Amino acid sequence: MTYLAKPLLHHPELHRNTLGYTRRDYEGKISTLCAGCGHDSISASIIQACWELDIEPHKVAKLSGIGCSSKTPDYFLGNSHGFNSVHGRMPSVVTGANLANRELLYLGVSGDGDSASIGLGQFAHCMRRGVNMVYIVENNGVYGLTKGQFSATADKGSKSKRGVVNADSPIDMVGLALQLGATYVARGFSGDKKQLVPLIKAAIEHRGVAFIDVVSPCIAFNNHAGSTKSYDYVREHNEAVNRLDFISSRDPLTADYEPGTITTITQHDGSVTPLRKLAPDFDATDRIKAMNYLQERAAAGEVVTGLLYVNPDADDMHAHLDTIEAPLNRLSERELCPGNVALEKINAALR
Amino acid sequence: MKPTDIQQPDYFHKVVDCQWACPAHTPVPEYIRMIAAGKYGDAYMVNWESNVFPGILGRTCDRPCEPACRRGRVEENNGEKPEPVAICRLKRVAADFKEDISGRIPKGPFKKNGKRIALIGAGPASLTVARDLAPLGYHIVLFDGDKRAGGMIRTQIPKFRLPESVIDEEVGYVLGMNVEFRSGQRIDSLKKVLQDKYDAVFVGTGAPRGRDLEIPGRTEAAKNIHIGIDWLSSVSFGHIDKIGKRVIVLGGGNTAMDCCRSAKRLGGADVKVIVRSGFEEMKASPWEKEDAEHEGIPILNFLVPKSFTHSGSKLTGVMFEKVKAEYDAKGRRRLVPTGEAEVHYECDDVLVAVGQENAFPWIERDIGLEFDDKWDMPVVDKVTMQSTLPHVFFGGDSAFGPKNIIWAVAHGHEAAISIDKLCNGEDIKQRPSPLVNLSSQKMGIHEWSYDNSISPDQRYKVPLKDQKIALKNIKVEVELGFDPKLALAEAQRCLNCDAQTVFAPKLCIECDACVDICPMDCITFTANAEEPDLRARLNAPALNKEQDLYVSTPLKTGRIMAKDEDVCLHCGLCAERCPTGAWDMQKSLIKMTHAGPGCRPNQQRKAA
Repeated sequence: MTYLAKPLLHHPELHRNTLGYTRRDYEGKISTLCAGCGHDSISASIIQACWELDIEPHKVAKLSGIGCSSKTPDYFLGNSHGFNSVHGRMPSVVTGANLANRELLYLGVSGDGDSASIGLGQFAHCMRRGVNMVYIVENNGVYGLTKGQFSATADKGSKSKRGVVNADSPIDMVGLALQLGATYVARGFSGDKKQLVPLIKAAIEHRGVAFIDVVSPCIAFNNHAGSTKSYDYVREHNEAVNRLDFISSRDPLTADYEPGTITTITQHDGSVTPLRKLAPDFDATDRIKAMNYLQERAAAGEVVTGLLYVNPDADDMHAHLDTIEAPLNRLSERELCPGNVALEKINAALR
Repeated sequence: MKPTDIQQPDYFHKVVDCQWACPAHTPVPEYIRMIAAGKYGDAYMVNWESNVFPGILGRTCDRPCEPACRRGRVEENNGEKPEPVAICRLKRVAADFKEDISGRIPKGPFKKNGKRIALIGAGPASLTVARDLAPLGYHIVLFDGDKRAGGMIRTQIPKFRLPESVIDEEVGYVLGMNVEFRSGQRIDSLKKVLQDKYDAVFVGTGAPRGRDLEIPGRTEAAKNIHIGIDWLSSVSFGHIDKIGKRVIVLGGGNTAMDCCRSAKRLGGADVKVIVRSGFEEMKASPWEKEDAEHEGIPILNFLVPKSFTHSGSKLTGVMFEKVKAEYDAKGRRRLVPTGEAEVHYECDDVLVAVGQENAFPWIERDIGLEFDDKWDMPVVDKVTMQSTLPHVFFGGDSAFGPKNIIWAVAHGHEAAISIDKLCNGEDIKQRPSPLVNLSSQKMGIHEWSYDNSISPDQRYKVPLKDQKIALKNIKVEVELGFDPKLALAEAQRCLNCDAQTVFAPKLCIECDACVDICPMDCITFTANAEEPDLRARLNAPALNKEQDLYVSTPLKTGRIMAKDEDVCLHCGLCAERCPTGAWDMQKSLIKMTHAGPGCRPNQQRKAA
């Protein structure tokens, strides 16, 4: 961390997006995390993605639970809405907020402790319901705030900083998300922004629940030999199945690709994302095959990254519940409380 | 690209833009920090060692450091008007508020080394040679035609810019070093001087001749047409104390600015400056033009003087031809007549400030000292300042034509090194390298021995004397100088460019923390490539080719770290954010080697 606020001066050639903002305008307060924390790189990637997508800061709500990862929403999008919930309860708060106002972009930021331990149930139901949101788990495999105990995502057999070997089986957040019906599932690595930023951008454009598991090394407690969440380990075992070359509707698709290696994903908002295949036998639109593939590679000790599954035509919770489109805060009292006559009608329909 | 060799002394020197640009290579950030700390005496001494005349230069320097200052670049597109740190005026602060430092100036008697050196002309170049050599035991004989030492500093710079007391003090420090000053002794033959068997002779006689304007009416109206620099020195000596009501100053250099502002103070109610070129291309420093305009003096441009009009011997005005600038394919400018009718400006006096020339009527052409045919200037080596007579050296304006004080000082240092080496039987072509000291500034986890928070302030203006008083008396100094409070605020704008970002590739784990925190997007981790390709691929393309890229050896992933030095704030956040200490902020203190044992490696070797 640092005590100084980041100087306001920026590079003279810094570009502005169509809203007239520079990337620096999407920053938040100075991070108080440990120096070198992977989480800060994820914050930087979120900033980059939102800037590139011309997102209006006041149309974003960032929500989190408790933990190192859940501190990070303070460090990006300083002009957006935010909510720091009880430990593990971020998904419920997002669900409620989304029901009340579907016009905001919901960015849920959580960690392996917040989502895989205390909040595992919340996580599961949020995936099931298809809440329209971006759910990012900053996954470092340890409880950093409490001095580095194994978290629920730590791999069996991996070593703690003190040399203790983890005997418990890990919870695979990506596997769970796939199984529970998430319609956009990806895994990234905080040390590879070129991969991560497009994954976040495509997740933002996705309708339905978009889950990204980001391996984010904990410099203080989980970056040693024997850890499977260290910079070195992830770099050595990273198997990227594909690359997203995110192209927003403004830029035409001009890149030259080897024939047969490229497919495009057209999302509900019309955005076209070219997907460059790296693993020949991997198909990101086939959920069952993806799940099998992930299991196989995980058994071989690989960390599979990239866009793992996407259903571009997915619906979200609002479609399932047939809710009103206007945000509740824009409805008048008469619409919100239609009175006794309306109540009688509903009751009659249920008899 | 090859990995950057930071052991090479010039690499970090270039990062300290101000010091690199200063002909005398004054360690600017070092003394600015001292000013911020209120250690004015120390700041003065750092200056004095490098540039000999801090108080004088703090008021009059041509400040090559300021256009070079990184602050001006980083403020581009960040505020209203990008401005460098007011380096020059901070220098003055050190001089104004220093405690008594006379005890820190070397004073004789020095142990004599038996060598005698003649210095001709007592201007800044000669005085620098004297300052460097006298403490080493040389017997210095300083000649000047004027009664008092200082040269053009005393005769040409108006007192409202530079009070006499400042000149007396700083020239006095040099003369106090057992220098034999033969005042009022104008040298009219170099041959005679050479006959006196000096071990070396240094010529620092300036560019004393003001260029004239030979156009119709010049001789007829001669009574009211004055050569700028001669007129200024007459004013300086008190021989002239008034001028006509309507004055035209011809010329667009700093001398013209001094002329018009002096005229305004000596009774010129309607003073204008009229230049041939466009306003932007004028030779005068922007701030000097600003000062003149601030005093209500209009500057008219694109007017070429054609004739002086007169009735009898009385000057009535000047006729001008209107011109415009045209540029050829090579970008060279030509002034071509617009074809409009000539314009007439009435006036009572004209000051001609259209340039200065060297004049060496006192140097015989048969003594073996070569002059070039084209400009009739002595042939002088650009580095050693040596003429074709091995023991005769030149410096200041007399070496390569009119420049400014800080260049004269730089020449003086170089000539002193040459003389010292010559007198010790060394090869003067072998020049000493500077002394570079690199030391970590880390004091604690987030603590540096320099103030690394970046002030967002815009450049502060120097307070001025009330114009009603200033314009009445030519001896009243216009600029009041920064007070300590303003000086501190301005000093805080300095980016401490000498606090270098030193990168240790072996320690780097490529976590991107430095990339994420860098406010100026200076740092990139990427595949290596040739420089043009790499420059284009950085997080922020490095377009300023004058600024180096700092490139590391390959890291674990095979990538390299490339840092664009151009707009680095030296805020140290990369080092604060680095988990492994791969980045460190290290102060590069670069001291130029002056005359003395340090510049004589052969002798040192023998002694060892």
